[in-house]
Amino acid sequence: MTQPLAIDVRGLTKRFGQKLAVNGVDIAVPEGEVWGFLGPNGSGKTTTIRMLCGLLSADAGEGTCLGLDFRKQSETIKRQVGYMTQRFSFWEDLSIRENLDFVARVYGLPNRKMKVNETLEQLGLVKRQHQLAGELSGGWKQRLALAACMLHDPRLLLLDEPTAGVDPKARRDFWDEIHMLSGNGITVLVSTHYMDEAERCDRIVYILNGNLIARGSVAEVIADAHLFTFLVEGDGVRALSQKLRGAPGVEYAAFFGAALHISGRDRDALARALEPYRNTPGLHIEESQPSLEDVFIHLQEQAT
Amino acid sequence: MSAILRFFRRFSAARVGAVLMKEFIQMRRDRLTFAMIIGIPVVQLFIFGYAINLNPRHLPTAIAIDDPGIFARSLTASLRTSDYFQIVKATNSPGEARRLLDEGDVTFVVEIPENFTRDLVRGAEPQLLVETDATDPGASSYALAAINQLATSALARDLSGPLAMRSATNPPFDVVVHRLYNPESITQYNVVPGLLGVILTMTMVLITSMALTRERERGTYENLLSMPATPLEVMIGKIVPYILVGYIQATLILAAARWVFGVPMLGSLTLLSLTLAVFIAANLGLGYTFSTIAQNQMQAMQMTFFYFLPSILLSGFMFPFDGMPAWARVIGEILPLTHFLRIVRGILLKGNTALEIWPNLWPLLLFMAATGAVALARFRRTLD
Ligand SMILES: Nc1ncnc2c1ncn2[C@@H]1O[C@H](COP(=O)(O)OP(=O)(O)O)[C@@H](O)[C@H]1O
Ligand SMILES: [Mg+2]
Repeated sequence: MTQPLAIDVRGLTKRFGQKLAVNGVDIAVPEGEVWGFLGPNGSGKTTTIRMLCGLLSADAGEGTCLGLDFRKQSETIKRQVGYMTQRFSFWEDLSIRENLDFVARVYGLPNRKMKVNETLEQLGLVKRQHQLAGELSGGWKQRLALAACMLHDPRLLLLDEPTAGVDPKARRDFWDEIHMLSGNGITVLVSTHYMDEAERCDRIVYILNGNLIARGSVAEVIADAHLFTFLVEGDGVRALSQKLRGAPGVEYAAFFGAALHISGRDRDALARALEPYRNTPGLHIEESQPSLEDVFIHLQEQAT
Repeated sequence: MSAILRFFRRFSAARVGAVLMKEFIQMRRDRLTFAMIIGIPVVQLFIFGYAINLNPRHLPTAIAIDDPGIFARSLTASLRTSDYFQIVKATNSPGEARRLLDEGDVTFVVEIPENFTRDLVRGAEPQLLVETDATDPGASSYALAAINQLATSALARDLSGPLAMRSATNPPFDVVVHRLYNPESITQYNVVPGLLGVILTMTMVLITSMALTRERERGTYENLLSMPATPLEVMIGKIVPYILVGYIQATLILAAARWVFGVPMLGSLTLLSLTLAVFIAANLGLGYTFSTIAQNQMQAMQMTFFYFLPSILLSGFMFPFDGMPAWARVIGEILPLTHFLRIVRGILLKGNTALEIWPNLWPLLLFMAATGAVALARFRRTLD
């Protein structure tokens, strides 16, 4: 038996004037899974998420969100979805407590005071509860936002770049929390630019210029790209990158830290292009499994 | 019908309370708005109120007497005792008096023409000519209003015995006033209650025109929309706190009217408070409608001023309503301020009752309902 789907939409489309922001996107997320939503800036992630929770009307597309028609029953969907906006969107001139209290009131939560107190304790913000939300640092704002959109116990979390601009430790804590929530049966769709975050997802989807062009587990997405990658390291590697760019078979050459990644779909051509440098002293060349980032850069290069 | 029922079933007073509480807290923290709420009434009241309260006295006056009769003497004496006029020259040459006026040495010339006394006794209603420097019409309007009264009472003393019947024709002579500018006789009694309406119009519309635009600009609108509050709940939650603010302003202004400007308050203050609620809500409804349309606070501000100007100019606050051309009166009749001015002046100065103000109250109610409906229709539930 297959897992019921928390999100099941087909042909999701949105136009802004002439611009096709989202073009026939299909997404099906089983309940309880964590899905990563990747793609360069302006590719349509935010627009897709907004359509899913009824904040933008879709020009075309059909399907369900939590078993409800996402176009007709958006008001009911809203009550069961926690949406964390890309930009911090809580009230900066309200204190931490006042923000949580407002959310609890609007959702009509029973035991409001208790719930707010609990949340403050979990956040470790009891002492700072009267501080204005606008005075919090990026990491704390993001934790507050997550706590606030979790307050009404949603079944589905839509998180739009929740960790942008957050320090590594806070990011790690954030993801531990996401996994804990998912363990409790909550479905999560989270957009991100970080590869390490993508690798913590059950599945990822990659969207480019409004088109969904890759989906699956990280391994599947990498395999589906049919990409081969060589790593070049050592002396003179910077000069080499200039020579290799544009060589036949080399679809792209990019640095990842100190290592130069040379990728292409034709393994033999790639090897031929590297052949002249094989015996250069101090230069180390080896074939490697392409990383997710190699694949994304490749997909993006292909589209241009 | 079922749509309406569904609408009301969804309505939640608790959610209204949530929005209301949030607005109160934000209002309290927003120093600029808070300063505006208190500052605008105080500043406007004292600038406008006192500017118009500068009820000028001791205006330099020349008297030209062509008829040295008893009545001329009484009138002169009475002008002298009145502190509106200061007689700087008494002459028997109308030409000389006119020259003083031309040169700006006097503001008034009172001319008692030849045979004034004789004509008066005969009952021929002679003319008493008053010339005034109209370049500053405001300066002389009180004095002008006073002169008629003065002349009548001065002569009444003399018109005794067989002449008593003359004073029954009221007045027994014509005061001919020559001036280029003839405003509705404006008094501070008229202006200060009017300011109540003007100040409320300005602040109430301005404040609520920011209600949604501010959320939109700060990016919190998206968050608000993703929560289950309905447009009606948001509207009520955002408007009600400012009704209270409106009452605070009204109380300030009415207190100043009573104790600083001595405006008489003949009618029921309870009735006035009730109509104030309607007037305030009508303005808040309009401002809220603006905020559903404006893309940013700048636009909201522009809309407010676009509305504020005709309100001041065409409502009867600046210029007498009946003196305006027909098209201007049509616009004026649509504006809530027009009706409120009639109501507030009616209640305070004439002691009007509920029945008497009703013709001006229902247009306010209608305006309030219409703006509320437009605002709800315009409220966008999505970010499209
Ligand atoms: N409200 C809007 N009006 C017009 N264009 C928009 C609007 N929102 C987004 N877009 C455009 O749609 C495209 C997708 O944007 P978005 O969904 O925000 O991308 P992402 O979240 O992946 O960065 C972009 O080209 C953006 O400029
Ligand atoms: Mg985005």
